[in-house]
Amino acid sequence: MDDLYRELIIDRYKNPIYRGELDPNDITFEDDNPLCGDHIRIDLRVDENDIVTEALFSGQGCAISLASADLLLETVQGKHLDDIKVLSKENILEMLGIDLGPVRLKCALLSLKVLKAGVYGLGEASDDLVE
Amino acid sequence: MNIIDTEKIRLDFPTIAREIKPGIPLIYLDSTATSQKPSVVLDAMDVYYQQSNANIHRGIHTLAEESTAAYEEARHKVKRFIHAPSPKSIVFNRNTTEAINMVAHTWGRSNLKKGDVVILTEMEHHSNLVPWQILGAELDLRLEFIPVTEDGMLDLVEYHSLLELEPRLVAFSHMSNVLGTINPAKDIIESAHDAGAVTLVDGAQSVPHLPVNVSDLDADFLAFSGHKMCGPTGIGVLYGKTELLESMPPFLGGGDMIKRVELRSFVPNSIPHKFEAGTPAIAEAIGLGAAMDYLDGIGMEAIAANEHEIISYSMKRLEEIPGLRIFGPRPQYKGSVASFTLDDIHPHDVAQVLDSFGIAVRAGHHCAMPLHEKFNIPATTRASFYLYNTQAEADRLVDGLYHVKDLFG
Repeated sequence: MDDLYRELIIDRYKNPIYRGELDPNDITFEDDNPLCGDHIRIDLRVDENDIVTEALFSGQGCAISLASADLLLETVQGKHLDDIKVLSKENILEMLGIDLGPVRLKCALLSLKVLKAGVYGLGEASDDLVE
Repeated sequence: MNIIDTEKIRLDFPTIAREIKPGIPLIYLDSTATSQKPSVVLDAMDVYYQQSNANIHRGIHTLAEESTAAYEEARHKVKRFIHAPSPKSIVFNRNTTEAINMVAHTWGRSNLKKGDVVILTEMEHHSNLVPWQILGAELDLRLEFIPVTEDGMLDLVEYHSLLELEPRLVAFSHMSNVLGTINPAKDIIESAHDAGAVTLVDGAQSVPHLPVNVSDLDADFLAFSGHKMCGPTGIGVLYGKTELLESMPPFLGGGDMIKRVELRSFVPNSIPHKFEAGTPAIAEAIGLGAAMDYLDGIGMEAIAANEHEIISYSMKRLEEIPGLRIFGPRPQYKGSVASFTLDDIHPHDVAQVLDSFGIAVRAGHHCAMPLHEKFNIPATTRASFYLYNTQAEADRLVDGLYHVKDLFG
């Protein structure tokens, strides 16, 4: 079967660990991938030292984008917001363990874009955040 | 008995013979996005570049004469292919999108005013939607839409009510790129004319797949692209009735579109040259002419009949798959396009898994976001067929979809 759909990705797509919404939350952000209609929202709770205590995502998307969101949120639990700001495309690709073409890369990076726009407190998520 | 000799036709297309990975042949089901190109089209462009390449019009030397003759011969081929009364009504441009934008920019700006009604349909792709939204915002036009029914047809009863608004323009897709619906263009045009409206037919999907006769349709404008009908990218056509084209102001200004230029003024050239500013896509026009010769050689009636067989068969096979839902009408009302959802599996995942079997389909909203919103789905997977596709390929698609279900089910 296709390398893109490694067991890890299929598993996290079917059985996500960090799926849900946090209400109240300290940081929330959502955005779409207009190419494919994917939509991801990420909610964070942060303690007084800017450490992420809880992180959940919601929305709809393909296996790559949803598995990527779930794996990403796993890595941010307990992280300082400053450490989240420096996460990059390479971190996501390493986490997924696959190579992606330009179209699917947008799927994989949507959750990072949403997360960083939220952490930076931006009004709009820009592709520059994940370049 | 086959209507056309598909096995022989397949040999004409170099890409059709390629493998995606060793041992995995390409199954190309994305011709609605762009078709593959037969060798005769590539050769025609090659011969032009290798033997005659020169800029057209006004040149005196041999190459310029050959290039001009070849470019204008391509225009005659287009005229014959769509049964236009005159080559003067054939304007070359980049594609359907540019052709529609040109009509909005020139005819629209000089004929429409605040409050005028423009009728479009809910099944338009973005290129017959956004140009009118832009013009509508500029001139304060009233855009109205012929609704799409649950089974993917235009609601013609509602269309006739809309005509009472005395629209100035009715612009509609001849064949939907998502639903495949073939709209009753002749009736739509006749009713529009009775109501005093000008008509624009978006032929991006119909001209490649059906016999289209602009004289019989009595269309005022017809727009289509070369690359969806075995021709190269970068060349498209706007057909317009000569009296309309003559009355319209020019589009882009520059060389070739002028008769006379002074420092502060110009006199535009006669049609169609008035709308072809700058050096055009000469090789591509010649390639499009070769594509039309190729399609004519097989016969558009036969191509359409063959596609009807393959879409009927494909839909029957696809509908055997539990959880698969096809959008659009039954095969007798549509071209060879099947857009579908499979359970709640994302179309990107469907398309990606199919690609691993060499099957090329499209996933997304196919440049028709409002139509997808109408059916309340973010995206679909679309398989589309052309003259080089076989029923065996439809079977492979079905096998591939069962694999998708196994993986994500």
